[in-house]
Amino acid sequence: MKPAERMKIPRQAMPSRDPSERARTFREVNLGLPEEIARREAERCLDCKDPKCVRGCPVQIDIPKFIKLVAAGDFAGAAASLLADNALPGISGRVCPQERQCEQVCIRCNKGQPVAIGYLERFVADWAREHLNGQTAAPAAPSGYRVAVVGSGPAGLTAAGELAKRGHSVTVFEALHEPGGVLVYGIPEFRLPKEIVRKEVDSLRRMGVQILTNVIIGRTYTIDDLLTEEGFHAVFIANGAGLPVFMGIPGENLKGVYSANEFLTRVNLMKAYDPDSLTPILRPKKAVVVGGGNTAMDAVRTCRRLGADPAVLVYRRSRAEMPARAEEIMHAEEEGIVFMMLTNPVAILGDDKGWVRAVRCQKMGLGEPDKSGRPRPVPIAGSEFDIECDVVVEAIGVRANPLLTKTTPDLKLNDKGYIVVDENGMTSKPGVFAGGDIVRGAATVILAMGDGKKTAAAIDRYLREKVPLAGR
Amino acid sequence: MPHRIIQAEWLAPQVRRLVVEAPHVVRHCGPGQFVIVRADAQGERIPLTIARADRERGTIDLIVQAVGASTHAICELAAGEALADVAGPLGRPTEIENFGHAVIVGGGVGTAVIYPQARALKDKGNYVSAIIGGRSKPYVILEKELSAICDAVYPCTDDGSYGFKGFVTERLKLLIEQTDRPVKAVICAGPVPMMRAVADLTRPLNIHTIASLNPIMVDGTGMCGGCRVQVDGKTLFACVDGPEFDAHKVDFRELADRLTAYRDQEQRAMERHQCRLHVHTVAAK
Repeated sequence: MKPAERMKIPRQAMPSRDPSERARTFREVNLGLPEEIARREAERCLDCKDPKCVRGCPVQIDIPKFIKLVAAGDFAGAAASLLADNALPGISGRVCPQERQCEQVCIRCNKGQPVAIGYLERFVADWAREHLNGQTAAPAAPSGYRVAVVGSGPAGLTAAGELAKRGHSVTVFEALHEPGGVLVYGIPEFRLPKEIVRKEVDSLRRMGVQILTNVIIGRTYTIDDLLTEEGFHAVFIANGAGLPVFMGIPGENLKGVYSANEFLTRVNLMKAYDPDSLTPILRPKKAVVVGGGNTAMDAVRTCRRLGADPAVLVYRRSRAEMPARAEEIMHAEEEGIVFMMLTNPVAILGDDKGWVRAVRCQKMGLGEPDKSGRPRPVPIAGSEFDIECDVVVEAIGVRANPLLTKTTPDLKLNDKGYIVVDENGMTSKPGVFAGGDIVRGAATVILAMGDGKKTAAAIDRYLREKVPLAGR
Repeated sequence: MPHRIIQAEWLAPQVRRLVVEAPHVVRHCGPGQFVIVRADAQGERIPLTIARADRERGTIDLIVQAVGASTHAICELAAGEALADVAGPLGRPTEIENFGHAVIVGGGVGTAVIYPQARALKDKGNYVSAIIGGRSKPYVILEKELSAICDAVYPCTDDGSYGFKGFVTERLKLLIEQTDRPVKAVICAGPVPMMRAVADLTRPLNIHTIASLNPIMVDGTGMCGGCRVQVDGKTLFACVDGPEFDAHKVDFRELADRLTAYRDQEQRAMERHQCRLHVHTVAAK
């Protein structure tokens, strides 16, 4: 096919569940591309000489290669190529902010819309899951090295897979009762079905990765225990960012005020949306969610599905500054979420029984750019107004969890309590590496996966170069 | 990884002791710490104090009061059965010093929380008095166990059916007034009104007082913030900053109020639970 013909093909749309149905169900919104549509979308790729998309990808997937194989209808070949670069494509294909990474730098953006790389990644991952029956590449010969991975979120799972591929014996320690970290407690079913996470975890297990749940590193075992009595040669800390931040305004301890972490954990991990679940949740009649990121979007869309009408999203900056993925914002709008931009809560008001009854907000204007480069929101005097609600969810960010770092005094931390690492992902403690949100602060799933991949390679080098094995 | 129950017995009406295999938990645990338990794969995450840790056998004692559907499900388990999940130890261990005369005060199932403190206080050379209360005689738990460790044990009942007639706070007041060993520290656990009354009693006397709090909790690792409590005007998380705090600085009113957040849901869950039990019983016949 000639480039001119490729240029004529319009970007294919992702089929999705009807918005009126979505407001009542936790089933996945996006339905995936059918084979014919996927091949047609793949034909849009110009296979340019300098594929910027690869550099735009935090895990450096060879994007043109797998897309070419999709276009040719060689889905098994595409799967082999994609899986060699990214152990968890079914997850990243669904939750990556592609519009700011691979797709943003696609040459086709110069004249129209980028290739739908995210849709195609998801297509190949789903095809592989359905057709390859969980087969994985044969693992390398056992290296004799043992690596402990702390946390089973995107960074931990990626690292575990990469290390197992290189023949290392890997044990993942998870504090909760189910592996997956933010993929199971944070991201809702309607965006990332838990069955997909379970299958990815199962395939790691088939590669020989051992996953121990209910183990809290820093309490059950210390990092030093892992390196001494437990006999691990290296440790990768990927336990996530942790503690929710509250706004610090009056009324935050009223009944009906949640952190997004608590609200989403109850619904996602503990299945509180199911009336038969033993874990309770306050089902909002009218909800206000504070924040502009993906977590805020997940929370407000969850409120809607639990019955909130209206489900209001309050954000102190304007639409343009919202950090959430474009697709989530679009889906939220379709589902009838009310967006109140340039609005900031100043107090949460309660009734005489301690329940939330409203959020008092003030309007904001945009001022000079702040440290983040975004226009600073400035309160407008006298603009206060109340939004009636019975549930408030705060999704304004997290801070470093001190649980592990407090019991590992020789780990160097930055002023915010996050772990400091060198260019190889190694901490101040030899043999102890870290990545994901506990290093970056709250970031994205794909950046955590990138850390997992890069650090696994560094751990492999470290072990082979620096750690002599007994008996050799 | 299921955790086998090797012993299970009723200590009082609706209060059960389970001895559970948890070798990974006993390794680093100290007094005042807790675990999060799920009875089965559908279960709620329930925080329970580690009442005793046996390092040699690799077991922990959990003392559970059946109040809601989830705690009923845990209490219905028998020896030989298992808990689906036991995660811990969580929370910070109690900071125990040689205070001189230390009094531990337990109300109802709260006695299970102060029980591990008794040994730790004793080991530090304290003179330890225990004041333990219940509605009536059958509700006073762990008296024998505490008597084996403490220098004095004062059981109390609301109805006077056993020991001192009245609240534990009244007995504590008497002890403070009458003892020739000045009380230097109080550690209390139990219903919120009880802990609040203890704090109100010892505050004007300037006696160092610690309360072990029991707010609603989900993960127990600092992630959800559901267990936030106000201490000295600051919001802290009971799971990572506690569960023990300076009782004189805790906002008990807010704690009591937040504990009622799911009362309606718990009521409905309990009805469903009883309904299911009924179906099972009928089917078994």
